[in-house]
Amino acid sequence: MALSKIQPASMDLTANYAFTGTNSISSASSGAYEEKKLATLTASSSSTLSFTSSIDNTYNIYKFRFINIHGSEDRKNFLINFRDGSSNFDATKTTSFFQASHKEDDSEAQMSYNTSGDLAQSTSAANLDRFVGNDADQHICGELFLFDPSSTTFVKHFIARSITIEGNNAAQDAFLAGYCNVTAAIDGVQFSMSSGNIDSGTIEMYGIN
Amino acid sequence: MALSKLAANSFDLTDNYALTGTVTGVVSTQKLFLIKNIDASSSGTVDFVNGASGVVLDNTYKTYLFRCVNIHPATDNVAFQINFRDGGSNYDATKTTTFFDSGHSEDDSTVASLAYDTGADVAQGTGNARLSRNQGNGSDECCSGDVYLFNPSSTTFIKHFNSDFSGYDRNNINYRGMGGGYCNVTAAIDAVRFQFSSGNIDSGRIALYGIK
Repeated sequence: MALSKIQPASMDLTANYAFTGTNSISSASSGAYEEKKLATLTASSSSTLSFTSSIDNTYNIYKFRFINIHGSEDRKNFLINFRDGSSNFDATKTTSFFQASHKEDDSEAQMSYNTSGDLAQSTSAANLDRFVGNDADQHICGELFLFDPSSTTFVKHFIARSITIEGNNAAQDAFLAGYCNVTAAIDGVQFSMSSGNIDSGTIEMYGIN
Repeated sequence: MALSKLAANSFDLTDNYALTGTVTGVVSTQKLFLIKNIDASSSGTVDFVNGASGVVLDNTYKTYLFRCVNIHPATDNVAFQINFRDGGSNYDATKTTTFFDSGHSEDDSTVASLAYDTGADVAQGTGNARLSRNQGNGSDECCSGDVYLFNPSSTTFIKHFNSDFSGYDRNNINYRGMGGGYCNVTAAIDAVRFQFSSGNIDSGRIALYGIK
């Protein structure tokens, strides 16, 4: 007798079925996942972590997620810079930076703009977090969004928020925003510490359309 | 010999299979769904209206994200704004909001500040809420950022939203504007409007996502 219906138990569900036909399930659940992980860099006593490819006009927005970034030296700053052509990470930028912080012993709790953390038309790296501790359990987690880096018309805006623990045992919620004040495309992004290495941690890059 | 199990090469993999069963053994990581991109082109407003032009803004998703990229005004020194529709045809939902920003000027001396902006917030008003301030309209000047709208279809609760933008002030200042608030209505929010305080949105893209 001819087969008329195949039961799930009749299929090898451990095999790969590369269906190329049309997915006809309901539209409410068929939307494409719009954040695609493009690259992951893992630090291992790394002086820098640099994304030097896949930043182009494929995606409108690029997201960088940093997880468990641990510096080799105490009370150093976690930094980011951008490449706008050639091989140097030195795009001119203006940024604003503020932070909320709270000490574990409750002796200090404040939120303020930090003039030591911002940049004015500078090619230097921008602060993501400041005075990060390097005890074994201390690290940084956060995200940065870079908008339309391939534009050759507009400045390139970026927004970041991250949480860390300072070397003096204070929680720090840090807010960086700004723009690369260039119309050249941004094609590379580099992370580093203000001194010493990134001992460990991962940074993921996602493309978003 | 009777078939006991079908292998992958037993299927016509170019055909259409309307699989309707439940997928098990796979953990889905899909959370963010692109609903609609709207590109401004000398637009007075950019409107996302539930049910129009493919826009979904109902109980399909619990959270909606509007992602604005390179929003460029026709007029100098204008604020980028948002409003909400809670029935009828007007964008006039009553709302209470907060707004603060951090700013830093390119000359490193005029502005380096973090401040609440009483000129930008709304107290039980129906007017627009600010997203970015004093936006310049130089050829390379624009603003970019996100707005989250939570559970707009609820008819029980007020509707919260928050925003985070990086802008280019007309006086060459980077301003990061952070807003939050709620539409103080229990009617569903079924449409969202973006506009500048004066003049058109010359160009820029606003993408609407649903988040599950």
